[in-house]
Amino acid sequence: MSTPRYPRLETLAVHAGQSPDPATGARAVPIYQTASFVFPDTETAASLFNLERAGHVYSRISNPTVSVFEERMAALDGGTAAIATASGQAALHLGLATLMGAGAHIVASSALYGGSHNLLAYTLPRFGIDTTFVNGRDLAAWKAAIRPNTRLFFGETVGNPGLDVLNIPAVSAIAHEAGLPLMVDATLTTPFLSQPISQGADIVMHSATKFLSGHGVVIGGVLIDGGSFDWEKSGKFPTLTEPYDGFHGMVMSEESSVAAFALRARREGLRDFGATMAAMTAFQILQGLETLHLRMPRHVENTRKIAVFLADHKGVLQVNTPELDSHPDFELAQRLLPHGAGAVLSFDLKGGRAAGKVFIEKLALFSHLANIGDAKSLVIHPASTTHFRMDAAALQAAGISAGTIRLSIGIEHPDDLIDDLSKALYAAAKVV
Amino acid sequence: MKFLVQQQPAYVYTGGKPFDAAKPSIVFIHGSANDHSVWTMQARYFAHHGWNALAVDLPGHGKSFGAAKTSIASIADWLVNLLDNGNIQSAVVVGHSMGALVALEAAARYPARVSCLALIGAGALMPVSEALLTAANDSPEDAFDMLNIWGHAPQLRWGKNPTPGTALIVAYKRLLMQSAPGVLANDLAACNAFQMTEATLATIHIPTLIIAGTHDLLTPLKGAKVLAANLGNATLLTLDGVGHAMMQEAPGQVVDALKKFVAAP
Repeated sequence: MSTPRYPRLETLAVHAGQSPDPATGARAVPIYQTASFVFPDTETAASLFNLERAGHVYSRISNPTVSVFEERMAALDGGTAAIATASGQAALHLGLATLMGAGAHIVASSALYGGSHNLLAYTLPRFGIDTTFVNGRDLAAWKAAIRPNTRLFFGETVGNPGLDVLNIPAVSAIAHEAGLPLMVDATLTTPFLSQPISQGADIVMHSATKFLSGHGVVIGGVLIDGGSFDWEKSGKFPTLTEPYDGFHGMVMSEESSVAAFALRARREGLRDFGATMAAMTAFQILQGLETLHLRMPRHVENTRKIAVFLADHKGVLQVNTPELDSHPDFELAQRLLPHGAGAVLSFDLKGGRAAGKVFIEKLALFSHLANIGDAKSLVIHPASTTHFRMDAAALQAAGISAGTIRLSIGIEHPDDLIDDLSKALYAAAKVV
Repeated sequence: MKFLVQQQPAYVYTGGKPFDAAKPSIVFIHGSANDHSVWTMQARYFAHHGWNALAVDLPGHGKSFGAAKTSIASIADWLVNLLDNGNIQSAVVVGHSMGALVALEAAARYPARVSCLALIGAGALMPVSEALLTAANDSPEDAFDMLNIWGHAPQLRWGKNPTPGTALIVAYKRLLMQSAPGVLANDLAACNAFQMTEATLATIHIPTLIIAGTHDLLTPLKGAKVLAANLGNATLLTLDGVGHAMMQEAPGQVVDALKKFVAAP
């Protein structure tokens, strides 16, 4: 027998989770646009409900098209199982709700997407779950924030939009020492640039709306179980280690040695909360995912050129990207993100908010909208949009000033993007 | 639930139903460096269809205490002690890979305790390649990769597997990685050393079902055919396109085969 090899990421991006459709021979992933699936007989019906057999019952719980996306993402991220959700926020909520209830506490990096910050800071306290935000770079702060009721560490591989790089090996080590898992939002990096599970993370989530899709036509998310965390040894997660009355006393950690978290998230979370991904959405994300390994290098190459251009421009105060050695996480990014730190960068214009307004309105090729990770280049002013609910202190903690502009660099020709930026910077300079 | 077996706590998964020795018992025995969770669907099926299902974690594996046993014979002794402590006079014994050897050994030495045998991914011998034995001792992660890749049908390396949302190849690697240090090398050595003569095989007359995968590289189909021919009362079922990890690759087919077998052994 020759030396065994696993398929590489590029092959998994195209093939994982799929074989030609057994019913029709279709090579493309078929869109199973159906709410439910016919049972061949009553005994099989009962067996499917009771997890005695593998298969699909109702598309809120699982669907063949969605399952291809789920299996592909689990394979790409090195996870044991994945659950597709209606949005990235739904993935985050599903992850949290699976692990904890009222009375629990989270320690999170302050460098978070505004929507995630909002959920943790303002919405979850209403349900009895509190969060302590820490400077993600301050390892002592992570440790100091742990309380007896802490149940999770949470951060982003690369923070949005401050571009802080999460030291996953170090932060996960602190979490594990305390019997806690680390959940990581890897939206900005995708499995092409970062595989957090291999670096110590236990759960990964993505907004699939972004680089995974690349086309910006759908909203979706995915939650991935690393299968590595020992829930029983931790003793802090009764949802996974004690009988669940909602499924005839099933104990998830006994049922599955490697995917107890995903099992509970699907059997409880998708069933009861119902933030499911639609089959058409999964199909559309899969069309993008097939070219992830072709798009991401171009995103990174363009971003590097634009970062250098902006850093050299006299109208720019500072550029935030771990791709530049001026960034505090440059060395960490070189180590943890050797293929690039993504395609989002932020910068501060001279002239603050007024200059920023002119800059954004003068851009022609960059689209002004609330999204990242599109094949098309995008721009936004976070302080007045994605992060508008944050107060000044929270904005500062997230690395955002009133004049911060966030760019998501697409896969157009970089010279055309630089031409567009040059014209807008020229116009912005006039208001300084 | 936990049993005390040979003075050590042993974990037994009972398929979502309480242990009940008044029902007919079916015992599932996992393979090298695995645990009970490889049998989840099969155990759940039988537990919910009138059986007392027991998917064990062998000593030193999964949630069971004690050191891993170093020979197939000693694991068979452990199994019979489990039956004793559970007041189970006889049981259908289902084994996968190394677990199939344990089932065979138990049937040969304790014929009154095994009513029927189902052997999945099995052969009369289970020689282990020098490369795999060496890797298991010197670089276990390489050995995990060999078992993982050779242990699944080729198409399973990228999908699609039957259980929605699961990456079977990643999950199986993770299961192997959870095994305690040295357990895989111990188990493979036990498999490699196992011997059962044709004469002994011929003494096993209880109904036996052998399930073999056409794409099983670890326990190839031809070995299953030899085993079937040498046993006193065996039937061979071949699963097309399936590799060694049959309970995960074709869970429904394995349930159906076992269901049919125990209904009319």
